[in-house]
Amino acid sequence: MSFEYLDNYRNPAQVAELGRKINDLAGGLDRRIRLMEVCGGHTMAIHRFGLPSLLPANIELISGPGCPVCVTPPQYIDAAIEWGRESGGILTSFGDLYRVPGSEMSLEDAAALGLDVRIVYSPLDALRIAEQEAGEEVLFLGVGFETTAPTVAATLEIASQKPGALFRVMSAHKTMPRALRALVGVEEVSIDGFILPGHVSTIIGTGPYDFLADEFDVACCVTGFEPVDILNGILSLTEQCCKTSFFVDNQYGRAVRETGNEKAKKLMMRVFETCAGNWRGIGCIEGSGLEIRDSWADYRVPGPDPHDQTAGDPKCRCGEVLRGVLKPPECPLFAKGCHPEKPVGPCMVSSEGACAAYYKYQKLSD
Amino acid sequence: MCLAVPVQLVEVNEEMGVVDISGTRRDVDLRIVEDPQPGDYVLLHAGFAIQKIDPEEAEKTLRIWDEMADLGI
Ligand code: SF4
Repeated sequence: MSFEYLDNYRNPAQVAELGRKINDLAGGLDRRIRLMEVCGGHTMAIHRFGLPSLLPANIELISGPGCPVCVTPPQYIDAAIEWGRESGGILTSFGDLYRVPGSEMSLEDAAALGLDVRIVYSPLDALRIAEQEAGEEVLFLGVGFETTAPTVAATLEIASQKPGALFRVMSAHKTMPRALRALVGVEEVSIDGFILPGHVSTIIGTGPYDFLADEFDVACCVTGFEPVDILNGILSLTEQCCKTSFFVDNQYGRAVRETGNEKAKKLMMRVFETCAGNWRGIGCIEGSGLEIRDSWADYRVPGPDPHDQTAGDPKCRCGEVLRGVLKPPECPLFAKGCHPEKPVGPCMVSSEGACAAYYKYQKLSD
Repeated sequence: MCLAVPVQLVEVNEEMGVVDISGTRRDVDLRIVEDPQPGDYVLLHAGFAIQKIDPEEAEKTLRIWDEMADLGI
């Protein structure tokens, strides 16, 4: 395998051929099917490569809740800013979260008012800051799904070897399967198939999604982020719908094993335990969050109560976008008052938000 | 945010490794993956390797297409 192998997953002839196969197969369907790409990375790739233009009219792609920044509720941003003000400590965050609106302001606004907020690429960078700034408390904003939570757990274990570093984490980590259970049961959406998140599945494997096919008769396919991966996924979902035979297919075998990454799962559960998770736009879902265990309480800064459902900007329709009920251009503010430079909601801020993806690539996909 | 990129390990020193990203060397934490070896491809996310890429599986997806091309399909 050479590194150039990635190019093959973008080979135009293969992409065109897959498009033809999907069209042939969908011709045999007597109805329209709605496929949800759960992951924001998929949303971005689908629009970047203009894949909707290859699909027949009876296959509709809808975006789901798989952008961790987009589903982070405003209360979490508020709590982080409050911690910074009260403790005088340093806030560290992935860049994606920086401009997400809280109830009153974003981290960016708070930084302009004098709060020490630093953007990091890895939780390890945040720990490094805590080592350098000995005596100062450093809070890492733990946002992300199962892909990211093990890296934060590992960083906490490393931090426990470094007594001088006052490293803390406020966890808003979330887990995917419970959220999908909440979505699939909702009538307003009606989903025929899920393009399941590739890198979440790298950690958790394919087993935790079995209930979707078994209990709900929904087509499922885990896949990667290249055009050939995504089209292979759509082909598999279309085939399952044609045959009305549903299972969790894996088209990302190069990175996803059936049982996932055991080492990462164990590490994650040594540090975190499941709790209720508050999903912006969806609400509180029991068992869909990860909180730091009591045995790690010294490193834990509690976040807001997940049951607190006070809303963000009422004009923003992100909630419906995240549930797949509304397409971004159907929001009255889309490109009219809400732009990536001046976002009203998180779906327009995050590089993987559905509104941002539509805004950036709309012409390609039309 | 769950973005993870495939990179090749050029060095492994217990739990730390070095990857080469378009000519730039970068440290990567390897404690989450099983038995990493120099030469392996791994998925890099937030400074950590989160899984090894299985070269056989990587080629499987592509082989189907090469065969089709050979057969003129
Ligand atoms: S376009 Fe803006 S206001 Fe409308 S749903 Fe998207 S982020 Fe919210």
